[in-house]
Amino acid sequence: MYMIWQLITSFIASAGFGIIFNAPKRTLFQCGLGGMLGWVIYLVLDPYYDTVISTVAATFVVGVISQVSARIYRMPVIVFSVAGIIPLVPGGLAYDAMRKFVENDYNTAVQLAAQAFLISGSIAIGLVVSEVLNQLLIRKRKPHRG
Amino acid sequence: MSSRENIPLLSPIDICLLAGKIMLQSGAETYRVEDTMIRIAHALGLSSSHSYVTPTGIIFQAGGPEAAKLIRIAERTTDLDKVAAVNSISRKLVAGEINAEEAAALLRDIDESSHAYSVGLQVTAAAISSGCFAIMFGGSGYDFLPALISGGLGFAAVILFHRLINVKFFAEFTTSLLIGLVSYFFIYLGLGRELDKIIIGSVMPLVPGLLITNAVRDLMAGHLVSGLSRGAEALLTAFAIGAGVAAVFTFL
Repeated sequence: MYMIWQLITSFIASAGFGIIFNAPKRTLFQCGLGGMLGWVIYLVLDPYYDTVISTVAATFVVGVISQVSARIYRMPVIVFSVAGIIPLVPGGLAYDAMRKFVENDYNTAVQLAAQAFLISGSIAIGLVVSEVLNQLLIRKRKPHRG
Repeated sequence: MSSRENIPLLSPIDICLLAGKIMLQSGAETYRVEDTMIRIAHALGLSSSHSYVTPTGIIFQAGGPEAAKLIRIAERTTDLDKVAAVNSISRKLVAGEINAEEAAALLRDIDESSHAYSVGLQVTAAAISSGCFAIMFGGSGYDFLPALISGGLGFAAVILFHRLINVKFFAEFTTSLLIGLVSYFFIYLGLGRELDKIIIGSVMPLVPGLLITNAVRDLMAGHLVSGLSRGAEALLTAFAIGAGVAAVFTFL
């Protein structure tokens, strides 16, 4: 039951972000789907592995879904990936860190801030790895800069 | 097409710059802006052009004897529809399906068009997302409605404050102050269980998630200036949100 609620809420939240970011109407479903699958993988892996590893794995999946959708719909990858990674963004952690700073609990605050930074880094790594894989698999196209 | 007869024709350089400007204002990654500009330039016959893109400006040189041109970008939002539209124009131009004149007209239309979704719909989407986030981050079902209301109010407030106050930092600070107060008010009334979860859910639409990730990706791609400046912008936004919420806690 818990998992079903998580599935529903993460789908709606990601599709909602698609609307906030003005994603084209026909991509909203894919945005929600990417966000949902990424979040589920994160939830399944998180109890067993380090948060950074689960985040890389989840973003990698979001990245692959985005690459495939981008190819099918002939649109930039960013249209699909942005909404998909939103549930994984360490907004809560950044908030907790900021709150601890204000409460003068600097030790906890620095720990939380470092963790938030690492997680944003791992989101970027997951996306970049999926992009590199995409470039390696599709060699016939001219290699893309960046 | 007849209504456009009095508009002066755009030169190839201006077409490239207009495309780059729209993409950068809409939140595209730095490398994509540079790449698209160079592809368009190539399709328009400028084979050795250079573009230098930072989040606050674009410098473009066509490779010929003409002087380089600069565009200043003051405002940046996220508008994925425009990124996709410019991308498809660049594809069509490269494939030879449209000519330079048609591309310029289409780019002008995109530049002038407004957000596809109405403000009301965006606020509704932000509100529902906030409620869902409160549950995703471990809140109970009781926290859904408070997060929905304070998240929606917060998103409406940040749009309003951006129009009233021209300083982004202050608009975000005031909004998160408001979110903190509204969330506390709900707990005070006995609606909702966990203050933390309600606040985290409500501030999610403001959190600079795209900026942080784009910053790290720019850095990895070697766009050091863009990466650092986007990172600074993200840090400032995160600080504004944190400080606003924290201000509520210090007064309680």
